[in-house]
Amino acid sequence: MSNRKSKNNNLIHAECLLQVQRTLRERFCHQSPHGNLFGIQVQYKHLIELLKRTAIYGESNSVLIIGPRGSGKTLLINHALKELMEIEVSENVLQVHLNGLLQINDKIALKEITRQLNLENVVGDKVFGSFAENLSFLLDALRKVPIVEDLISFDYGNCFNFLWTFGDRISSCPVIFVLDEFDLFVHHKNQTLLYNLFDISQSAQTPVAVIGLTCRLDILELLEKRVKSRFSHRQIHLMNSFGFPQYIKIFKEQLSLPAEFPDKLFAEKWNENVQRLSEDRSVQEVLQKQFNVSKNLRSLHMLLMLALHRITASHPFMTSADLMEANQLCSMDSKANIVHGLSVLEICLIIAMKHLNDIYEEEPFNFQMVYNGF
Amino acid sequence: MPPLEHVVLCREAQVSTLQSLFGERHHFSFPSIFIYGHTASGKTYVTQTLLKTLELPHVFVNCVECVTLRLLLEQILNKLSYLNASEGCSTEIICETFNDFVRLFKQITTVESLKTQTVYIVLDKAEYLRDMEANLLPGFLRLQELTDRNVTVIFLSEIIWEKFRPNTGCFEPFVLYFPDYSIGNLQKILSHDHPPEYSADFYAAYINILLGVFYTVCRDLKELRHLAALNFPKYCEPVVKGEAGERDTRKLWRNIEPHLKKAMQTVYLREISSSQWEKLQKEDTDPGQLKGLSAYTHVELPYYSKFILIAAYLASYNPARTDKRFFLKHHGKIKKTNFLKKHEKTSNHLLGPKSFPLDRLLAILYSIVDSRVAPTANIFSQITSLVTLQLLSLVGHDDQLDGPKYKCTVSLDFIRAIARTVNFDIIKYLYDFL
Repeated sequence: MSNRKSKNNNLIHAECLLQVQRTLRERFCHQSPHGNLFGIQVQYKHLIELLKRTAIYGESNSVLIIGPRGSGKTLLINHALKELMEIEVSENVLQVHLNGLLQINDKIALKEITRQLNLENVVGDKVFGSFAENLSFLLDALRKVPIVEDLISFDYGNCFNFLWTFGDRISSCPVIFVLDEFDLFVHHKNQTLLYNLFDISQSAQTPVAVIGLTCRLDILELLEKRVKSRFSHRQIHLMNSFGFPQYIKIFKEQLSLPAEFPDKLFAEKWNENVQRLSEDRSVQEVLQKQFNVSKNLRSLHMLLMLALHRITASHPFMTSADLMEANQLCSMDSKANIVHGLSVLEICLIIAMKHLNDIYEEEPFNFQMVYNGF
Repeated sequence: MPPLEHVVLCREAQVSTLQSLFGERHHFSFPSIFIYGHTASGKTYVTQTLLKTLELPHVFVNCVECVTLRLLLEQILNKLSYLNASEGCSTEIICETFNDFVRLFKQITTVESLKTQTVYIVLDKAEYLRDMEANLLPGFLRLQELTDRNVTVIFLSEIIWEKFRPNTGCFEPFVLYFPDYSIGNLQKILSHDHPPEYSADFYAAYINILLGVFYTVCRDLKELRHLAALNFPKYCEPVVKGEAGERDTRKLWRNIEPHLKKAMQTVYLREISSSQWEKLQKEDTDPGQLKGLSAYTHVELPYYSKFILIAAYLASYNPARTDKRFFLKHHGKIKKTNFLKKHEKTSNHLLGPKSFPLDRLLAILYSIVDSRVAPTANIFSQITSLVTLQLLSLVGHDDQLDGPKYKCTVSLDFIRAIARTVNFDIIKYLYDFL
């Protein structure tokens, strides 16, 4: 009788655990946009204000979000955009997401913008003289919301002045350009894309908001003079400025199950366990070590993910041993590992090389010299 | 399919880590995993076997084959579309840039069968990715974020992660180490492929002996397997001939030991090929000196060619400023300060031959040959034939007819042998032996 009960328990447990794994994995690996914002409330307010001004009042803006890797830039912008879209006035706001890793030159970038604005059929086979013309054409096309796609005689060179004969609204759609890995766009030829985007944000044609995300603090020095002058020099810095007690709080929050979890009883037990863990001495030591190495949340997520994958039906609650093991996995010295695997002969050769290096102070050597030393 | 533990030996910890990381099919996993370890430590084998056994949708690409970006991206996309194509063959996909790749990837993975599961992309020999476009490695590390799909990219490499990291940082993958096999593990794995005619114990004893000889030199599993396969027939010989039983370990050891030592000098260093080795074993006579690659006997050359070769050697291994001292009859006073060697210990011989122009070669040649030598076409054609024989090598473009540069590629022993045949004391003229 008790056997069946425990088996039932086990089944329920297994179900729960799968659910737990699923929720937490999504949180750690997938960076779901439902995450909380820790310590960046001020920056968030700033950003959302800016975006609202573009969407509602038609003001053009540009801003750079700067912060080291893993400090939450993408999270911030995604959160802000999500909130923006929920406001009813912003139903005609268009978003264009560009990434420096994907769009490696301005031609590809322009094609991508066309594609994301769904203007491919409008542009068709037109040939444009310059980048600027192309971009203004696209933005003009948004000025009057198109209902019919065909155009009356089009003249190359008159792309600024063509008129829609069928058009309902005359208002322009605000466009939000999000440029990820902004520092890679800076290396394009003549920085044409950036120049044009900032130019448009300064002139009053269409309300655009240009938001750049980058990890380089010296990004302004990389911009050309003409681009820099058109940029509004607005910067939002995300500097991971929380202390260790806050770090522990973040750890607790990240590991706890949300209130919407189906099995309330299990969630409560889990959260209690998490509370106990956060007060445990050894866990705090592990967290302190991690905090000293890198403050950002990404490394914390990796640690938690490694501890998470040990959770099975027979080991349903996380223990401090799990976390310590995870920490060890994270902080392995890879060079020491590799040297461990070499044969004796290879190690002798490496010793000869190091010897040569020390004697001659960094002069190049070749195999003959090493063999001689050997 | 036999259970995983029987197919993959001595890697239980890594397999269990990977399995628990993968989780259930629909779970999210790390966006990128980096696996590193020595050669033949089982990275490719374990990953492939694991993915195949668990039947997870995966694409396996070896980066050595992909010399251009397009090859790599198209291979991945084609294999992926092949995964979910239940009917016939779909058309080949064309993909030129990483941007298109992301777009097409999103399209392909919206198919029902792939939408809910994690798709794995395995990139073997990932160190070649560093030499391709700069956006490729960071792009693949973030592929989950860029495509907004459930995908995990696994990188396999022998080089540690610290050498991969781009300058401005990137999305850090989870780094997993495949430790090298210990001697016990090696024994276990090597004994696994024993031929069925002999007992497992017999083969295990043989492997023991083999490891004892080769372990300090080589830990590479592939090499050891090759050596084991090559030398086993010799080991079995006494048993086959009936001189010893399977258990007479001492006799077998005495028989095989010199053989293995010889093998280390020759087959392991690839001085002679494996087929030569096998032939040698069959002959069973003491071959005396094995004609390996590094001991080729000297070639018979005509008289002037020998001098040309000697002159070339002197030109290669003596610095140009010392020519005056060696080759002029009256060289006057040479200041001592010019003469101090820059670094006492780096002799020119260790640094390798240097290149010299043709004029210098002829100048040295005329000074060392006693009788008068006319610069006939004969001399020049002899120089060219030396180049064909690969005793000299041409440096730079071979279109330069007016100022070709050469380099001498023979060893000191060789040139001494040649010099002896023409009664020329080469050591007197070498800067390193001053």
